[in-house]
This record gives sequence, C-alpha cells and structure tokens, in this order.
Amino acid sequence: MSTAWSWVVIIGSLGSILFFYVVLQLNRQTGKESGETTGHIHDGIEEYDNPLPAWWYWLFVLTMIYGVGYLIWYPGLGNFPGIADWTSVGELETDQEASRARYEPLFAKYRQLPVAEIYKVPAAVKMGQRLFANNCSVCHGSTAAGGFGFPDLIDDVWTWGAEASTIKQTILHGRKAAMPAWGTVIGDQGIRDVTAYILSLNNREADPDAVAQGETLFGNFCIACHGPEGKGLPALGAPDLTNGIWLYGNSRSRIEFSIRNGRNGEMPGFKHKLGENKAHILAGYVYGLSR
Amino acid sequence: MTSAYNHPEYNYKVVRQFAVMTVVWGVIGMLVGVIIAGQLAWPALNFDTPWFSFGRLRPLHTNAVIFAFGGSALFASSLFIVQRTCQTRLFSDSLAAVVFWGWQAVIVCAVVTLPLGITSSKEYAELEWPIDILLTVVWVLYGILFFGTLARRKTKHIYVANWFFSAYIIAVGILHIINSLAIPVSLTKSYSIYAGTVDAMVQWWYGHNAVGFFLTAGFLGMMYYFVPKQAERPVYSYRLSVVHFWSLIAIYVWAGPHHLHYTSLPDWVQSLGMVMSLMLLAPSWGGMINGIMTLSGAWDKLRTDPILKFLVVSLSFYGMSTFEGPMMAIKSVNAMSHYTDWTIGHVHSGALGWVAMVSIGTMYHLVPIVFGRKQGKMYSLKLIDIHFWMATIGTVMYIVSMWVNGLMQGLMWRAVNDDGTLTYSFVESVEASFPGYVVRFLGGAIFMIGMLVMAYNVWKTATTDPESSEGAA
Repeated sequence: MSTAWSWVVIIGSLGSILFFYVVLQLNRQTGKESGETTGHIHDGIEEYDNPLPAWWYWLFVLTMIYGVGYLIWYPGLGNFPGIADWTSVGELETDQEASRARYEPLFAKYRQLPVAEIYKVPAAVKMGQRLFANNCSVCHGSTAAGGFGFPDLIDDVWTWGAEASTIKQTILHGRKAAMPAWGTVIGDQGIRDVTAYILSLNNREADPDAVAQGETLFGNFCIACHGPEGKGLPALGAPDLTNGIWLYGNSRSRIEFSIRNGRNGEMPGFKHKLGENKAHILAGYVYGLSR
Repeated sequence: MTSAYNHPEYNYKVVRQFAVMTVVWGVIGMLVGVIIAGQLAWPALNFDTPWFSFGRLRPLHTNAVIFAFGGSALFASSLFIVQRTCQTRLFSDSLAAVVFWGWQAVIVCAVVTLPLGITSSKEYAELEWPIDILLTVVWVLYGILFFGTLARRKTKHIYVANWFFSAYIIAVGILHIINSLAIPVSLTKSYSIYAGTVDAMVQWWYGHNAVGFFLTAGFLGMMYYFVPKQAERPVYSYRLSVVHFWSLIAIYVWAGPHHLHYTSLPDWVQSLGMVMSLMLLAPSWGGMINGIMTLSGAWDKLRTDPILKFLVVSLSFYGMSTFEGPMMAIKSVNAMSHYTDWTIGHVHSGALGWVAMVSIGTMYHLVPIVFGRKQGKMYSLKLIDIHFWMATIGTVMYIVSMWVNGLMQGLMWRAVNDDGTLTYSFVESVEASFPGYVVRFLGGAIFMIGMLVMAYNVWKTATTDPESSEGAA
C-alpha cells in the first residue's frame, strides 16, 4: 500500500471514530426536564427529549477506547504495523513450529522401519488410520474402498505399482494420469470396435467382427501404454484392462466414453502438508490395508 | 393520540399490493427454506435433479425471503410511512405502479433463473446482469418516488423513520451497483470485474451492508413508526435516535471484513473490520433501547395486544443478534464459529426473530388500514396470537439447534489426539449434526405454517369486512 493510501486509511478510520465521539458528546445531555418532548408531531407520534442512557453512553465509549487500543497494538492503521509486531503469518509459523517440536518426534520414530513393516505395529497403524481419515477419506472414502474416479485401496491392485515404496512416492508427490481422447482419431466406429475388443479380453459378449477390427486398432494406438495383452504399465499408470477393475465404470457406454473423451485422474502430492515422517506412516497404513 | 383512518388523499393501492405480496412471498420463501432444511437432514430430498438440488434452491430461498418478502414489506411500510408522516400523497401514482410491477418482475426472474442454474455466484447477489440492470432501474425509480414525496412534505421536520429509509435506499443502490459490476459474455453469464481477494472484499462489503442497510436500517425505519403507533406512546429519546442513526450508518460500512477473518485478506483490513464490528454494538442497541423504552408506561398492553408482542419480541431478537454479531466478529471467537452452523443460527435470529417478526407486526397494523376496515382491526386477534406463538417457538427451535450444532462442529473440528492429528474426520461432524438439522427443519416448518395462518387472516380481513369500501374509506 502506498503512503498516500495508508494515510487515507488512518484518517478515515480514526476520523470516523472521532466523529462518533463528537456526535455522542453533543447529544449526551439535553438540558431539559425528563418527560419533555421535542415538539415534533408526525402522524400523531411524539418524541421525548430524554438524555442518552448513561450505561449506553459508557458502552459506546468503552468500545471506542478498546478499538483505538487494538489498532495501536495490532496492524490496522494503514502501513503502521502495530506496537506488538504481530502478523497472522508470524502467528501461524510460531504455531507450526511449536506443533512440529511437540509432535514430530512421535512420527519420526517409525521412520527407520521399512514401509512394508509398519502395518505390523499397532501404534503406528492407529496413527495411520487418523492421518487417513483426515487427509484421504474425502476422495478414497472412509473405508478406503474408493469410488467413481478414485481407486480402491483395499484390494491388492495397484495402478502405479505394488511396491510399498511406490505407495509412499504417490503420497508424497502425487500422480497425474493422462488417458488421451481418441474420438477424433479413430472415429465412432473405431471406438465401438476397440470397446468390443476390450470386452472380449474380459470374456464378455462382443461381436466377433468388431473384435477383430478392434484388435488391429488396439495394436496401432493402445499397446504403447496398455501393453500388447492389455495388462497395463505401472510406470505410466496405465491400468490393466483385463482384471475386471474399472475406475470409471465397467459398462460398455462408460468404456466408450473413456476412449472417446479420455480421462485425467489426479492424485495431489502431500509432501508439503504432511512431511516425510507422516507420509511414511501413512504409506505403511495404506500398504497394510491390502494385506 | 389520534388514530385517524380516513385519509382518501393517500395512495394506499401500492401499499396494499406490496402488503399482499409480503405475505405471498413470505410463504413461498419460507417454504423453500423448509425444503432445503429438509435436504440437509435427508439428502434424498434432492431427488437427483439439478433444478431441485440444495445448491440451486438455497439462493432461491435467500433471494425470496430477503428481497421478495423483506423487500415487499419495506416497500409497503416505507411508502405508507412516508405519506403519513409527511402528510402528503405519493407524488406520482403511475411511478408507484411501475415500482410495484418492476420489483415483482425482478423476483419472478429470480424464481425462474436460479433453479435453472443461471447465477453470478456472488452470495446474496446471484442474479445475472440483465436482471441486475432491471433491479437498478426499479431501485432508482423507488428512490425518486420516495424522495420526491419527502420533498413535498407538509411537515417542517423529517421523522426519524424516514432518515432510516433514506439511508437504506441510497446505500442499497450504491452497494448493488458496485458489487454487481461485471463483464457479460452472453445473455445469461457474466464475470465480475473484480478478482481474488479484492472480489472477496467487495462481495462482503456488499454482503454485510445488505444486512446493515437492507435488513437493519430499513426495518428500523419500520420499527420507528409502528412501535410508537401500536403502543400509542412517544418515542423514548430523540437524542438517541440522532446518535444511533449516524453512528450505525457510518460504522456498518467498515464491518464487512469480519466475514473474511483468517483468510488472505491483509491483516490490517481484518483488524479494522473487527474493531468496527465491536463498535457497532452500542449503535445497534440504540435502536433496541429506543423501541423497547417507548413502551414504558404501556407494558400492560402486551397482555392484550399480540401485534405489540410481535414488535417487542422482534426488538428483543434484534438486541440479541446485534450482541451476538460483534462477539462473533472477534477474531478468536470467529476462529471457532466461522464455517459452522452457528453462523446460520445467528443469521436466522436476525432474519426470523427480527426482520420477519417486525414485518409481521407491521403488516397486522397496516393491512386493516389500507384495506379500509372501519375498526382498523384484523379479522381475528386470536389468530394473530396463535401466529405469534408459532413464530416465537419456531425461531427459538431454529436458533438453539444451530447454536448446539455450531459449537459442537467448532469443537469437533479443532479436537486433536495426543499425536496432534485431528480426532474427528469431517463426515463425523456431519453425522453428529443430524439431530440439530431435524430440529431446525421442524422449527422452520412451524414458522412457515404460522405464515399460512397469517395468510388466512389477511385474506379474511381483505375480503369479508362488511363495512369495507376500499379507496373511499
């Protein structure tokens, strides 16, 4: 804020308070007997000229004194930082520092355990459970069973790899899945054919001619990520299309939709929010869910 | 004190129209409120349709109760009061008709567009730009009608009720125009000209002053006429009117930032918002004192006059919510109350307890007069009394359940385990809120059914008085 604006704020706020004080003083006493009216009559309504109630007067004055004191102590008057030298960011950082000093050792002591061993320690599981409820359940569900677009974490199917360390990597840095949209490339007929082929991989009913056409298209466009047998590629987060698990629905129309329009799944990274120690325990907890 | 009911020179037609629509929109707006309260308890009531979902009905509820119900009550009472206290007829009957039909058109547009999902997404200012422009035009015409009539007054001094109506008309116009500035990209979509933190600050400068000038200053204008009229006593203190009027309107414009505590809003703005909100306590209470103390010497009337009961209880709720508001604006209290149901409870102790109750009391006083009933009385005093108890019980159920829910949510969200992790996940606090949601639904339903009782009473008053001969009464 420029110096000029700062003065506008200072003069505007203190000037307002001064204005209230002056209006209050000018009207505090009326110099009349109680029960006298002002003499105005409006549609039969008269007004007494009673003085201001003393307790009300003092209530107003006290809030003014408190207000001015607050503005001297805390930032409020433009660029004047206040004599307490307080900022909200400073308070947050102090609190975070205190909480780290108090709680971080509790989490840090499980750090030397391998991720894959953590689920065997009941105290660590308890911590993991709380971390999961507060950070993960919004998307993956309270029971970790997932939902439309959000992977099930209880089964032993891992799109990005089944290693415990991979799970930790996912929690720390997040994942961005990108299935491109093929609608304009292979056309409506192509989408129907590829879908038929994918259904046939799962032993579901499909027109044999379409399956044959689809297999060719699959070989041209899909195997780069999903592999020649449609088993997927964890390094790219490309799902296995043969295991009966469908993140975006298993109906023919859902599969067609995914091929036509693509999908962009995103798991956010939690490194900044949780830190390494908590992520380590959380990864162990999630790994343990499928054991 | 004389209560002459024969004033053929006044334009009561527009007052009658707005009074009837106050009741109609009150029933509709509160019914939508009851529906969305039900949806929060039983989500199946969204019926899996976009048009009937909470997200679209909620702005319909707020617009309907604030601008349709509250707005109609303010139009009816301000146009009634300005004529009677200035002893002059509205200066233009055709302008009055344009204001009435224009305002109804704005509301009908809201009723159609909001369920369709057409929204600017600004809270309490959801209407899209073509409707915003219509609203601006109608509001300016209303201002011309009001001030034009005030200028032709036959009295020397301007009555305090008209000060408040003047402030409300000017401020609401400015707030609406500045907050709604947007760049249209099609007939049904526009983008605010503000961005980020500035957008949030402008929005809450508007939002809180919608409370301050529409829901407070306007209804204080109403109170300053109907309380002394109904109590047949002089206003307690003219000096208090002067001080609390100027301090109220000058402080309210600073208070918006308390809606954005602990956000990216700069610290100095948050501090100023909090300090000014605290200083708002005394000016707000000035209005309550002036209303309630006006009754001194006439307390016995409360036993027999249910209209006066509505007015006095509305002032009590006004005093209570204007104490609660400054407390919730204190940053350390806000750290717990913000984002919880406490906020919703606070709003409704103002909206049901103050705004709706004072409007209802006003309508019961005004309807028999503008419908030309010789005795100046409603069809049934008994039904007013029943309505009073339904409204009071409904309001208390609503706000108490939201206090309980709000405190519980605030405490659950900040509870931590020995290792510093949160004790409860969010969904657990939602589950725990269920009983409160059911009580709130019931309280709201009772209040809404009370409005149906009122609708019946107003209908009977308007249609069955054998002596009624409207216009020439």
